[in-house]
Amino acid sequence: MKIIKVLGSGCAKCTKTADLIKQVAQEQGSAVSVEKETSPQIMMKYGAMSTPAVVIDDTLIHSGSVPQTSQIKEWLA
Amino acid sequence: MLGIFTDFASWLTYTILGLSPDTKLGDALHFFVEDVSKIFALLLFMIYVIALMRASLNVETVRDYLARKHRSMGYLMGSSFGAITPFCSCSSIPIFLGFTSAGIPVGITMAFLITSPLINEVAVLLLMGLLGWKFTVLYVVIGMSVGILGGFFLDTIKAERWLQSFAAKALAKGQSNQHGSTNSTLKAKTLSFKERHQFAKEESFEIFGRVWKWVIIGVGLGAALHGFIPDGWLQEHLGDGQWWSVPAAVLLGIPLYSNATGVIPVMESLIVNGLPIGTTLAFCMSTVAASFPEFILLKQVMQWKLLAILFVMLLFSFTLVGWLFNFFTPFL
Repeated sequence: MKIIKVLGSGCAKCTKTADLIKQVAQEQGSAVSVEKETSPQIMMKYGAMSTPAVVIDDTLIHSGSVPQTSQIKEWLA
Repeated sequence: MLGIFTDFASWLTYTILGLSPDTKLGDALHFFVEDVSKIFALLLFMIYVIALMRASLNVETVRDYLARKHRSMGYLMGSSFGAITPFCSCSSIPIFLGFTSAGIPVGITMAFLITSPLINEVAVLLLMGLLGWKFTVLYVVIGMSVGILGGFFLDTIKAERWLQSFAAKALAKGQSNQHGSTNSTLKAKTLSFKERHQFAKEESFEIFGRVWKWVIIGVGLGAALHGFIPDGWLQEHLGDGQWWSVPAAVLLGIPLYSNATGVIPVMESLIVNGLPIGTTLAFCMSTVAASFPEFILLKQVMQWKLLAILFVMLLFSFTLVGWLFNFFTPFL
């Protein structure tokens, strides 16, 4: 199972990102756990400088925007 | 070129709606239609063009660049990048920490963060369209100076003493390994034209979707002021004879939180109505850059003492800007 963290201060885009990932995961039948992280320390730990940022299995793979559905499909594949 | 918007407003207000230019309502509506149509057209077109050019510029690149710069150039570069780099205001904290953990001095980071809300492409476009290029240049120079001098001041008083402890540790660690790599795992990518177009398209719709209501509110307020405040009233009551009007405008701007997009149409109308330029600028900058919600966010990385210093510093700079401008306007 992939552990996915959405980093962000809780603005609308971060919520949208988390929801989108959950939705794509459900459509593809991938097993994921999606959680939102709002702590600045955690963002610093992963080196995320713009939010929303996405961390999958402890690796930062995206930052600064709501990802495209096609991107999410790749990550979850 | 911008004349077509005046013609459009005249046609709609006077010909279609049959209002007379001499009535207050006709005058206010004309102002509203002209400004809103002009701003909307400028925004959609220019944001796209600008986004196309800066698609590959991101905060990570800026950080790596600033981390390699010598301190003396750092303030200028920090402030310049603050003006041109796009980021959502909800990213201020991660950016602050990202810069800090790369060993960039607090003053340079703050030069970036202070300049950023003051100057952005939307603000510059609006100023050009509404108040002309001279005023725009003036505004940009002043906005950057506030960022540069503010950053320099913060480093002079060793502001890093008052960071929250985890941020201070990150700074110390970053500075001890200046040439080391940062802990980001994202790599910069080169963009094809198609990707740039995609970015620019999204950016235009995104920004437009965010600011259009501010434009309506701002221009609406401006139109109301324009049509209904008696000529000379502002001049008489808040003219440059009254030294206190500048600090008053700054204080008034703090609880009024807006972004530059909403304030600039109001500025136009205040200036047209005879409010001195310095007072108007001070009000505008205070509304845009000094707001309580932003400061509460910064509490996560700064101690109260530093927050208070920052706040007073901004209020003081805006007041000074206002006074200087009011003083020098007659000589311009």
